[in-house]
Amino acid sequence: MKRTVYAADKVGFHILHTLFQTSMKYDRIHRFDEYFVTSLIVDGGACAGVVAMNLRGGTMVAIQGKATILATGGCGRVYEFTTNGFIKTGDGMALAYRAGVPLKDMEMVQFHPTCLPGTGILITEAARGEGGYLVNKDGERYMQRYLPSKMELGPRDILSRAMIQEMKAGRAFEGPYGLYMGLDLRHLGAKKINERIPMVRELVEKYMGLDPIHELIPVRPGQHYIMGGVSTNGKGETTLPGLYAVGETACVSINGANRLGSNSLSECLVFGAACGLAAAGFAKKKASYPRGAAAREALKKEEARVFDGVLGRERAKETVAGLRVEMQQLMERDVGIFREESALADACGMLGKMRDRFAAVGLADKDRVFNTELTAVLELDFMLDVALAIAHSARNRRESRGAHSRTDFPQRDDANYLKHTLAFRTDGPPRIDYVPVTVTKWQPVERKY
Amino acid sequence: MAASDVVFRVKRYRPESGGRPTFQEYTIPYRSDMVVLDGLNYIKDHIDPTLTFRWSCRMGICGSCGADVNGQPRLTCGTYVRDVHKGAVTVEPLSNFPILKDLVVDFDDFLRKLASVTPYIVRKDWGDLTKEYVQYPEDVEAYRQQSLCINCMLCYAACPVFGSSPEFVGPAASALALRYNRDTRDEGADARLARLNTRTGVWECTFVGECSVVCPKDVDPAAAIQTLKFLATMRHMRRLLMPGSSSR
Repeated sequence: MKRTVYAADKVGFHILHTLFQTSMKYDRIHRFDEYFVTSLIVDGGACAGVVAMNLRGGTMVAIQGKATILATGGCGRVYEFTTNGFIKTGDGMALAYRAGVPLKDMEMVQFHPTCLPGTGILITEAARGEGGYLVNKDGERYMQRYLPSKMELGPRDILSRAMIQEMKAGRAFEGPYGLYMGLDLRHLGAKKINERIPMVRELVEKYMGLDPIHELIPVRPGQHYIMGGVSTNGKGETTLPGLYAVGETACVSINGANRLGSNSLSECLVFGAACGLAAAGFAKKKASYPRGAAAREALKKEEARVFDGVLGRERAKETVAGLRVEMQQLMERDVGIFREESALADACGMLGKMRDRFAAVGLADKDRVFNTELTAVLELDFMLDVALAIAHSARNRRESRGAHSRTDFPQRDDANYLKHTLAFRTDGPPRIDYVPVTVTKWQPVERKY
Repeated sequence: MAASDVVFRVKRYRPESGGRPTFQEYTIPYRSDMVVLDGLNYIKDHIDPTLTFRWSCRMGICGSCGADVNGQPRLTCGTYVRDVHKGAVTVEPLSNFPILKDLVVDFDDFLRKLASVTPYIVRKDWGDLTKEYVQYPEDVEAYRQQSLCINCMLCYAACPVFGSSPEFVGPAASALALRYNRDTRDEGADARLARLNTRTGVWECTFVGECSVVCPKDVDPAAAIQTLKFLATMRHMRRLLMPGSSSR
């Protein structure tokens, strides 16, 4: 049985557009395009909606609801080199985290081995699934040194680590954006490339100026996905009644420490449906609509925080672009593919300082309408929370498991760490706690290939 | 200006400051592999944080970064400065759309047009929803090209008919109608053709073809519109000759 379905190499694209177009069938779905959520409304221990900034109108509004679903995707932009879009700043994770909901397994960050240098554009796994080779500068299929039984079809974490090891051994190519390896599709031929992986060819031609039918594709590992997220059960329920999360924002724990390709589609389609039904059922059962008082209060608070506070800060030495890049480079260097105690301790300390420095980030744009400097500042605020949760969760897991690779603790340690990390927000560093892993049919065994 | 610099002339419009749109010039460092979006981001991060534009994926999938570059509607993420650089690069908001701020235009009218062509599968009877609707590769091939649209709206910015008659349903929405009309699972072809056979439908198109020239995904909306004109005519003839029959 096949473990996934395909629409060539544009599966996510077609799901997105089919869902968007089909949503137009239902008059009762009201989209609030280009509203930026700044906080959740919590009333009597339950989520009662969101406060959001209407970017076009330049106003803050409260949107009340019996049930709220977070579906904001991942947080790849906390890293410097990522396949994620610019808007993947972990907003949903930070919103839930600030409302007291724990983030689960945030140290489990997936790095994809085949990204284009410079841009971080992803070259899908299908390129290797169809038979592509990974080669070093000597033309050698170097995976024979690391994983001879699987070669290029090995899991993403092992392939990414092998790339870093080849780079350290001096067997990588060198280009304008640093070291890279070669992805070789030439032996597949034009027909197979055009039929099975057309988007790979399109992207490489457009963004590298190379034709993979005749040339090697330069690739290097980059942040791609976070297995962790807002802690939920299989129905998308969080610890806050009325608040749900689904997709990459959530951690429903189907990915453990290492997501397999296409499992994100199950998160959308399978858990998306389950979450939608659960939220609808919850809203139906809940007799009373939220009282207006909590929403009005939350709205006032956010207007003061965002418009009077953040927007009122004058631009000085500390800029949003400057602090963002510093955070991204720190995460890349100290909380990346390989990790160890002193680097993680350094990262936790530096991120704490950046949290403080954030209070001094000022703005040049004082407009209320479509102020993308303001949204960038609010996104950086969210990202700092998420980065802190990742760094502290990683520092506290003193073992290696899946994507979490500690050079100082290279072995998996089931006796002490067969458990999920929970990060809770405090006024200081996150509080780290653990919950047991629910083991059902498949018993944990040593990972062997 | 150093030899390794490039000048960006960007149209600015700030609703809260009033006045008409003006041009502002920025001199930025040039790299041979930079795209127009890289230039805009350089300005935003290093020179002028007030410059406002949409973008996200930087890989031609999200469709949000369209702008007129040297007078041509383009995705700024897929347009190399080296290809358009003639002393300066001029960046303006997409033509034919109301400007909200700087390069950000209002897309609500476009989304209403998409919605107007019933852009989803219509069936009288959905049957057993636990079973798959099987399609063969050739069935998918029939509508694959029209399904690749990323809603970037470049075709509307390029369309002179839309520019002079804003009610025209336009290229992308027409191509989307054809995408569903060609889907073997769909039964809504008749209603879509009826919608496109109106005063604001496909007959407005004078086949200039600029929409297909600027399309970054080779959706070829111009060809789609010509096909729809033929299908709408066939439907009309059939209804005259065989009242009560429907298009498929």
